[in-house]
Amino acid sequence: MLKRTLHAFITAAKGLSLTLKHLFAARKAREELDIKQENYFEKQQGVTTIQYPKQEIPIPEIARYQLDVEIDDCIVCDLCAKACPVDCIDIEAIKATEVIGKTSDGSVKRLYAAKFDIDMAKCMYCGLCTVVCPTECITMTDNYDRSFAKLSDLVYEFSEMSEAEIEEKRAALARSQAEKEAAKRK
Amino acid sequence: MNFYIIYILVAIILFSFLAAFTLFAVYAERKVAGFVQDRLGPMETGKFGSLQTIADILKLLQKEFISPANSDKLLFAAAPVVVFVAVYLGFAAMPWAPDLAPAALNLGLFYVIAIISIEAIGVLMAGWGSNNKFSLLGSLRAVAQIVSYEIPAGLALIAAVMITQTLNMQELTINQGVLSNERLLFLGLWDVSKVGGFLAWNIFQAPHLMLAYIIYFIASLAECNRAPFDIPEAESELVSGYHTEYGGLRFAFFFLAEYCMMFLVSMIGVVLFLGGWNTPLPNIGTVKLAEWTTGMWWGIAWILIKTLLIVGLQILIRWTLPRLRVDQLMSLCWKVLTPLAFLCMAISGVWRIMVMVG
Repeated sequence: MLKRTLHAFITAAKGLSLTLKHLFAARKAREELDIKQENYFEKQQGVTTIQYPKQEIPIPEIARYQLDVEIDDCIVCDLCAKACPVDCIDIEAIKATEVIGKTSDGSVKRLYAAKFDIDMAKCMYCGLCTVVCPTECITMTDNYDRSFAKLSDLVYEFSEMSEAEIEEKRAALARSQAEKEAAKRK
Repeated sequence: MNFYIIYILVAIILFSFLAAFTLFAVYAERKVAGFVQDRLGPMETGKFGSLQTIADILKLLQKEFISPANSDKLLFAAAPVVVFVAVYLGFAAMPWAPDLAPAALNLGLFYVIAIISIEAIGVLMAGWGSNNKFSLLGSLRAVAQIVSYEIPAGLALIAAVMITQTLNMQELTINQGVLSNERLLFLGLWDVSKVGGFLAWNIFQAPHLMLAYIIYFIASLAECNRAPFDIPEAESELVSGYHTEYGGLRFAFFFLAEYCMMFLVSMIGVVLFLGGWNTPLPNIGTVKLAEWTTGMWWGIAWILIKTLLIVGLQILIRWTLPRLRVDQLMSLCWKVLTPLAFLCMAISGVWRIMVMVG
């Protein structure tokens, strides 16, 4: 009994000295936040709290954070939407009557993107869409701290076409198709 | 007529001090908890989070009184008042400086111990009145614990009282410093009546009182329901024990009582064992440090410093040691602390007869 009591006191004293050491070590924060630095693990003594909005941990430039689409480079091939495991990408294409232009890597654009929505509430940040993209127009950015008051704000719309433009392109497509039909019937 | 005004004034001063102390102690507790765990603690409200507890109390003051539907309304409402008043009344007999105490009672120590036992009744009222199984379990544990730990605490205090032969808190303090008329012996060997300082404190007058003080300190932790003896509030088992159903100002009173209790038990320990308002600096030859640093403001400063150090130790212990099980708690009390406290008491008797008188 006496031995156990003594043991309890010794271990309690050990614990107290440990916490006391930490109490006084809290005068300084840890010095290195970037894990890519060479002596990162030697500089981890002290307070570990990161006061987030004021202080940030450095992150890689391209990591699995929020998606971004460079719509000018998009050929509306729909591969990303097909690759997406959670179906968070919603694309609506309108065939153009002729070649619209070229992307920055030389691919020919033949489709208008009437709708290019990514639902960030559904996105699971797997990055598969960025892998399949032939023109590398869909990328993951280093932006991870967006928050919104409304759920619908989490649907990012990348299409730059206005309602009127969409109507116009639809009408043009219908006209050319009607012309082709007529030509076929002759 | 005039002394009524003084009574009320003293009460108001004491209450404001205790409220200020509680605000400070809660902030300190959260900061210490943070630092010990390599965190920062509150940082957002005010510079370094210094206004955090003021924001907290403002929030609590604005909240609505909610009584659970099947609670015992009277007991539920009265419990926080009883708990706080019991602790608050304990301060009536505490000496702050030479000739400065709210009431110089001859039975001061006895009164304080008796009045803080009433806290257990308040805790039981809270648990029973809430009509909630967690509250009731918590309060049952609290009462079992407080009643058990009062025995080693009381015996350890008696060991000190046997050395000084008085229950008057003011005389108890005087007998540990340069203002004493009696012969004070350091470790029973060296006359330090004119030297004073820490050499004349009770724990150094009779070394077995160090053991008594450790026993008292452990028991006092249990009496405040603080970790490692916080089974009445065990968050992981009982939500938060007897004050589960409380909110707003009523909860604030429980909190106030808990922190005042910490201060009170630390202060009792300081008065009985660590020299109370006496200075820790001894007279060295012609350098009369002890006499220079004895006086009203010095007294208040010394007792505050000593008590706050002990409160700091209590806080550090809370964030260091894990909670004891109920059976471990009881076996520590009855099988270790109580026999040791009896031993201290016996040594005190022998010490008084053989060393101090002989």
